[in-house]
Amino acid sequence: MSSLPSYASPLQRTWHYTFRIICGLIFFFLVFPILVIIPLSFNAQDFFTFTPEMLALDPAGYSTKHYVDFFTNPDWQKALKNSFMIAPTATLLATVLGTLAAIGLSQPHVPFRSVIMAILISPMIVPLIIAAAGMYFFYSRIGLQGTYWGVVMAHAVLGTPFVIITVTATLVGFDNSLVRAAASMGAGPITTFFKVQMPLILPGVVSGALFAFITSFDEVVVVLFLGSASQKTLPWQMFIGLREQISPTILAVASIMVVLSVVLLTVLELLRRRSERLRGVTPA
Amino acid sequence: MANNRGASVRYENVQKSYDGETLVVKNLNLDIPPGEFLTMLGPSGSGKTTCLMMLAGFEPATHGEIFLNNRPINKVPPHKRGIGMVFQNYALFPHMTVAENLAFPLQVRGMSKADQAEKVKRALEMVELGKLGNRRPAQLSGGQQQRVAVARALVFDPELVLMDEPLGALDKQLREQMQYEIKHIHENLGVTVVYVTHDQTEALTMSDRVAVFNDGVIQQLSTPDLLYEEPQNSFVAQFIGENNKLSGQVVSVDNDACEVLVAGGVRLKADKVNVSGAGDATTLSLRPERVELAPERQMDNMLEGRIEELIYLGDHIRVRMTVCGNSEFIVKVRNRSDRRRLDAGEIVPIGWEMKDCKALDAVA
Repeated sequence: MSSLPSYASPLQRTWHYTFRIICGLIFFFLVFPILVIIPLSFNAQDFFTFTPEMLALDPAGYSTKHYVDFFTNPDWQKALKNSFMIAPTATLLATVLGTLAAIGLSQPHVPFRSVIMAILISPMIVPLIIAAAGMYFFYSRIGLQGTYWGVVMAHAVLGTPFVIITVTATLVGFDNSLVRAAASMGAGPITTFFKVQMPLILPGVVSGALFAFITSFDEVVVVLFLGSASQKTLPWQMFIGLREQISPTILAVASIMVVLSVVLLTVLELLRRRSERLRGVTPA
Repeated sequence: MANNRGASVRYENVQKSYDGETLVVKNLNLDIPPGEFLTMLGPSGSGKTTCLMMLAGFEPATHGEIFLNNRPINKVPPHKRGIGMVFQNYALFPHMTVAENLAFPLQVRGMSKADQAEKVKRALEMVELGKLGNRRPAQLSGGQQQRVAVARALVFDPELVLMDEPLGALDKQLREQMQYEIKHIHENLGVTVVYVTHDQTEALTMSDRVAVFNDGVIQQLSTPDLLYEEPQNSFVAQFIGENNKLSGQVVSVDNDACEVLVAGGVRLKADKVNVSGAGDATTLSLRPERVELAPERQMDNMLEGRIEELIYLGDHIRVRMTVCGNSEFIVKVRNRSDRRRLDAGEIVPIGWEMKDCKALDAVA
């Protein structure tokens, strides 16, 4: 961390420390509400508050019973299973479509590129509740409302913009002469795509897929509109839980989801660094 | 093992326009016999790279037809043409090792693993990179990457190899070394090479024939020595090598010779190349090393000039003079121990032979 040079004026000194305080506050407001639920989820009582025993660090104040409840309660287990049925399929769909769209839209000769791009990105911009209401009426008409594929398709629509944006960003740095080089060596378009283009834009594809996955895994509004009881996902169950019975099991689930997200991001970052090292690029 | 492994190429009335209005390539006709090293030379925007890209199949010709081994190829996609190519930025696959890069064209052709390994090994030896097969391109120097690119373009035994300014990114010394290496590889393999560059030295060093491009038209197509010694027009004379220009008007014509009146009322004898008759405006072109300072014998053109500046270059001395109103007239004097002492401001006699002075088209 840089220290102040000896010639700094009083104003610079004041700003130096103020800046640090502002940064600290930002991190505090971002991270603290997330971190605080982790100790709370080990509460031995059925409350959302720290008990005197917990504050005294008395082991009797802590318990894993909410975790046990999560892993044994059939309601939660069904929600977990649904989430893991919906999110990966939606992610796969969003990733394939988003990657193809990004590659297509990066070709200079495509007409109305920016208009098409804007339409594909719009699910990110339109208020979710409006998109959900629109989808509800539309999917009802064509018989997709309340079905597994309805929810999957809706989540794929929400996830695609993330994939398009991340893949487009990696394609900016993509050297098109590599595609020509592959063609000059006799590789057809499909071989070129899988052997040359795909490995090089993979970091963008994977991070787009990750965003798409998290979008689906966290999503509650669209599921409430489009899902029926048999598509009840984790966020749905948490939402109902908060409304009907304030059970700290929600906190246990939330903690698990936080840890899962952190692990997912870390693994991805490590993979990315490894692939860059293999390519001889020093990590930034 | 020089042999006829090369392919023939023919451009027939080829035109190219990107916007449908201006022609980047205007009615190109070019015949490249098997095994030739042909260089397309020209300034940027002259259409040379476009011609190469049309041959590779990356740009469609707007009009006309290109033939490879007498077969029309306009409708053949790039990956079915079997043409090797070295790109300006090498275009090595960064996610593959050197050996994997070289094996790529073989793998695409469905060659067995053992044959692939054998070919890759031989190709790496050809460019003297035998031990670097396991490295990634990013771990190689510019010159090594360049060699890998050349090896990769040749490893699948194409009959035709295209090179698009492949030495542009290298420093001067390495560039010269690579020029010889590419030339020797060409001589050994006997493939046809079409090479694009804007560097005239490169073109003269390596090529069997050079096509000088300007404004979408081939200005001259000939061997390097003829290009330098018998330029057909002012653009070629100016673009290839150093050149003194004198503007004037043709006074009289006598077979291959003509007499030209230049500034200061001086009449000069010149080789008639690109003028039709008396009264034509013309530009005389004269190489700096063909001018003699204080000639000791009778020459076709003898006159006087004023020395403006002397630049010492070791093996020779560049003398900038004012001759017939042109203050950028350059004379190269060999640095011999018995050479005469020269001073700026001095008026000295100079002379040159008629055949070294070409009467070409007038330039503004």
